[in-house]
Amino acid sequence: MKRKVLSALLIAAMTVATVGCGGGSQPTADADASAETEAPAEDAAADDAEAPTEDTAADGTADAASGDLITVGYAQVGAESDWRTANTESFKSTFTEENGYKLIFDDAQQKQENQIKAIRSFIQQEVDYIVVAPVVETGWETVLEEAKEAGIPVILSDRMMDVSDDTLFEAWVGGNFVKEGETCGDWLAKYLEEQGRGEEEINMVTIQGTIGASAQVGRTEGMANKLAEHSNWKMLEMQSGEFTQAKGQEVMESFLKSYDDIDVVICENDNEAFGAIDAIKAAGKTCGPEGDIIVVSFDSVKAAFESMIAGDLNATFECNPLHGPRVAEIIQKLEAGETVDKIQYVDEAYFDTSMDLESILAERAY
Amino acid sequence: MNKSLKNITSQRLFLPIFCLVLVLLINLFTRPDFFSIEIRDGVLYGFLIDIINRASELVILAVGMTLVVSASAGTDISVGAIMAVSAAVCCNILTGGERAATAYANPLILGFLAALVVGVLIGCFNGFLVAKLEIQPMVATLIMFTAGRGIAQLITDGQITYVRVDSYKILGSSFPGFPVPAPFIISILVVILTTLLLKKTALGMYIQAVGINKKASSLTGIKSIMIIFLTYAFCGLCSGLSGLIASSRIYSADANNIGLNMELDAILAVAIGGNSLGGGKFSIAGSVIGAYTIQALTTTLYAMHVSSDQIPVYKAIVVVIIVTLQSSGFARWRKALAQKKESTTAEKGAA
Repeated sequence: MKRKVLSALLIAAMTVATVGCGGGSQPTADADASAETEAPAEDAAADDAEAPTEDTAADGTADAASGDLITVGYAQVGAESDWRTANTESFKSTFTEENGYKLIFDDAQQKQENQIKAIRSFIQQEVDYIVVAPVVETGWETVLEEAKEAGIPVILSDRMMDVSDDTLFEAWVGGNFVKEGETCGDWLAKYLEEQGRGEEEINMVTIQGTIGASAQVGRTEGMANKLAEHSNWKMLEMQSGEFTQAKGQEVMESFLKSYDDIDVVICENDNEAFGAIDAIKAAGKTCGPEGDIIVVSFDSVKAAFESMIAGDLNATFECNPLHGPRVAEIIQKLEAGETVDKIQYVDEAYFDTSMDLESILAERAY
Repeated sequence: MNKSLKNITSQRLFLPIFCLVLVLLINLFTRPDFFSIEIRDGVLYGFLIDIINRASELVILAVGMTLVVSASAGTDISVGAIMAVSAAVCCNILTGGERAATAYANPLILGFLAALVVGVLIGCFNGFLVAKLEIQPMVATLIMFTAGRGIAQLITDGQITYVRVDSYKILGSSFPGFPVPAPFIISILVVILTTLLLKKTALGMYIQAVGINKKASSLTGIKSIMIIFLTYAFCGLCSGLSGLIASSRIYSADANNIGLNMELDAILAVAIGGNSLGGGKFSIAGSVIGAYTIQALTTTLYAMHVSSDQIPVYKAIVVVIIVTLQSSGFARWRKALAQKKESTTAEKGAA
């Protein structure tokens, strides 16, 4: 009987793995792809008899014929956070019919196998460019080689891939995560100095992102660089909150019980910070500019501004999600036969409670 | 003395409880303060509270899963996806279709009811496939497992939907003026009500009878198809309820992450609880203990400061040990060992 138990469990695990490949992307991706691209593409084919003479990407007029549309397949991680949603929106609004593109969007629901499958399906559909925001850094060589053999350039967005041959992808667009981590360290040093706590012993904890993700690796490294410069800063513990609010809360609950005097909580994305703030409040402590514990986070989504205005969050370090225009720029250069820089950082800032957050929030696109 | 010990160890729930205690005892050596409980802000506070609080969703799922396993000798792998759908439905109704709201667009109770109804409906769909069409349970529930998150994404437009109203957070935190976490109270209520329902009516017996021999039960006049259908509908209800709790904890509907991999934990809880996944006899209490064991393990690893990348390894080791301890092969080996010992002492006595 017990053997049955075990084998059933194993089968369950296997089914989940295969279903992960098979099913996950189906409902959303297919629905998206058919709804957003196929129908208008047919319209364009029927309506536009004339072929455009010029590239229309920049001026955004609607005269691109379907034959001249540049087909771009985008394998997105999922929709785990507001940041990701803004990133998706940036691509959807950049790669439109009017701008001369046809975007095939795939939501991988946080699973690498879904992304690999999406890339293979892009290759089969003979898209012109593949854009990938990889879930994790490793394990991409085979599928990238397949894309290379098919002669389809691959552009990476957001997270880096760890491949031995860097000709496998054309370019990478994203934030400089190490720099974000360092900016955070610098801000913290300045903030503590202003509070007159520059020399005090400062106890910190970090709620890390999904272990192995570029954002986690980079931000942890950047912060570690700054940690080494301040002998009075002490990193008590680092634990993964998997970039989600629920896990962030659970991890913070555990931290608060383990350590009595936490001064700073560094959350490697905003959603984790929301969970951590809830946990801090539940433990009867206070956080934010007026509170006992300094909470900082990365990404700078809208909800983070609301949290700062509410006085819960101290600062957030931007990770600019608007990659669409920069990727479009790269594609235009490649189309024109120019070479492009391998690593392209997007501009990033930070926001804290000393700024006029209400007006920044009103102007912000995401 | 020996006899009473034997009596205790031969109890059905002995091994599951033993495993739970074993996991908790690790903390006695590494973290003596693990077992301290205090009251902060009028709410109980401590690692043990974390365990009973965080395990709540899993406990509710395990109750539903136990019945499904017992009646149909199969598992419902769509429970995690149902959680996501019910959370999405609830949040979407409460925000009135917006992606974030600071006031209810519809009454709170409407959102809750809709979420539960959706859970039951999906459960009925699963039940129909398994009971009426006699599709293998894992294959039948695979449909919702695959499609569920997609449906949840469609409902929420693929975005996290926030309900920033304090009364929405109650279900996932605590009732005002009551020190025990609300999820724990709800999960215990589910356990008690289900047990009463099964014990006070013949339903529990029917479920076991159908699980042991479907045909024979039908011949004795039990509506086997109906019983199996009902267990899946009930499992859907449990999933909907735990989806609500998970959503209330983060006052939002996160279609990708709510209930992620929970189906595996729920099945594991049933197995750790000493229940056979081959159907038939079952123990709700066993599954509940199994669910607490899984959460106790997670919380223990946090408390021991095990780094995140190593946690899955430790979890796997402990699960292997627990499953081995309860396996019939291990029991045979133990018996053989005991007999050998007995015979050697008997020989010594003779000499």
